[in-house]
Amino acid sequence: MFALADHLLHPEGTALPRDVDANAAAALLARGIACRAPVNGAVYGTLLNDRAALNALGDALHAPPYKAPPQAPVLYLKPRNTLAGHRARVVVPDDALGVEVGASLGIVIGRTATRLSVARAFDYIAGYTLVADLSVPHASVYRPSVRFRARDGFCVIGPALVAARHVPAPDDLAIKVSLNGREIFAASTASSVRKVAQLLADVTDFMTLGAGDVITLGVPYGSPVAHIGDTATLSIGTWPPLDVSFIDAREQAGEQP
Amino acid sequence: MMRGRVAYAGAIHEAWPDANGVRLADGRVRREDELVWLAPIEVGTIFALGLNYAEHAKELQFTKQEEPLVFLKGPGTVIGHRGVTRRPADVAFMHYECELAVVIGRTAQDVKRENAMRHVAGYMIANDYAIRDYLENYYRPNLRVKNRDGGTVLGPWFVDAADVENVTQLELRTFVNGTLQQRGNTRDLVTDIPALIEYLSSFMTLAPGDVILTGTPEGIVNVNAGDEVVCEIDGLGRLVNTIASDADFGRV
Repeated sequence: MFALADHLLHPEGTALPRDVDANAAAALLARGIACRAPVNGAVYGTLLNDRAALNALGDALHAPPYKAPPQAPVLYLKPRNTLAGHRARVVVPDDALGVEVGASLGIVIGRTATRLSVARAFDYIAGYTLVADLSVPHASVYRPSVRFRARDGFCVIGPALVAARHVPAPDDLAIKVSLNGREIFAASTASSVRKVAQLLADVTDFMTLGAGDVITLGVPYGSPVAHIGDTATLSIGTWPPLDVSFIDAREQAGEQP
Repeated sequence: MMRGRVAYAGAIHEAWPDANGVRLADGRVRREDELVWLAPIEVGTIFALGLNYAEHAKELQFTKQEEPLVFLKGPGTVIGHRGVTRRPADVAFMHYECELAVVIGRTAQDVKRENAMRHVAGYMIANDYAIRDYLENYYRPNLRVKNRDGGTVLGPWFVDAADVENVTQLELRTFVNGTLQQRGNTRDLVTDIPALIEYLSSFMTLAPGDVILTGTPEGIVNVNAGDEVVCEIDGLGRLVNTIASDADFGRV
């Protein structure tokens, strides 16, 4: 079982996560604290679950190498080395390409979820969170290398998990991304092909999700790209926003860039 | 040393081979079939390799790879020795894949191949099932093919690296209902273990408990409900799995 009462966040440097109300969470974050990822289960990313992303592929869906539109959800793992929290500093491997910031709704599983029906799916959700699903931009979704999505720090989660009772309409949430304080991207969970309950039903038909696991509703189409020196801020409604900074590898190593 | 992880009489135990069966850490000796076998370790990230045996790649007319074909698997797919794996009634081609599983024992970041083997703790047998019918061309191989509940069988033992004399000369064999169907040798790996560790650690950090499934040789055939599938690797033991039907899982 994975339960949270209100807003669960894990300030860097503290032994255990804090479960506090929205005001207390905001007050903590206003001090400028960094956080760890508030979960440590498996994290699954979902792709091509945005109508606009499928529309953009258009006729290519029927041509090689894809040959047919996707039937099952398009999923991948974000392994444990990718997990990071609020105010993470993430290395950009190649600044000419940058890093795509896939601002996604993360669905946090509360109890072992196997073969869920659409009608019962919400009973298995503990809460929701922001996920910055980062990737090195790549055009083909046929057989992309894991080095595009599985780099250290490429899955930034939080700052907080928000209890499900605070999120009555997860299929109608506005997602925004700002770069260096300027809003550059807006999306909505309303354009998803599979809604939250349908995604859980289809996924858990063949693979069990465990308590504390996270699955994203999907990276929105046309996600922005960040470069060295940028700070991205992701937000959903009034939830505490999630900051990610993009740095040069030499900065991480402690050298002056 | 070989060690396994079993459930017996309400608890989980470390277990070792014994002349009279299996010895639990608390001293009890039991028959193999009295125990519920779990994966020998609690796994971290699971990497799997596609087309990493020369003959198998040739069979599928695969040309030279630019980089190893690596994909990731989740923890929910793992089961242990003597487990059962469901075959959906509506599929035509479900197959086993006998693979050498490499267990990382030490954090690895930017490791060069000459030092790579220092980061290996040991080895296990893996049987990594796939259902070809569900193959789709988005993020191949898609999780519905390769990340199914019960689709990754690990065990029976975790074997210390020091106890495996030459990991580049191990024969792999799969028997279906007693008939030898798959046979290969780790000397034919396209990308060998040191190169895989060098490659993966060049862009991500590997941690103790991470597992690399190094790919399967040629010789895959369809399996049906009721089949017994046994994977063997020299020095690592014998991993048994049985195919179950939809009905066994309450699906009609």
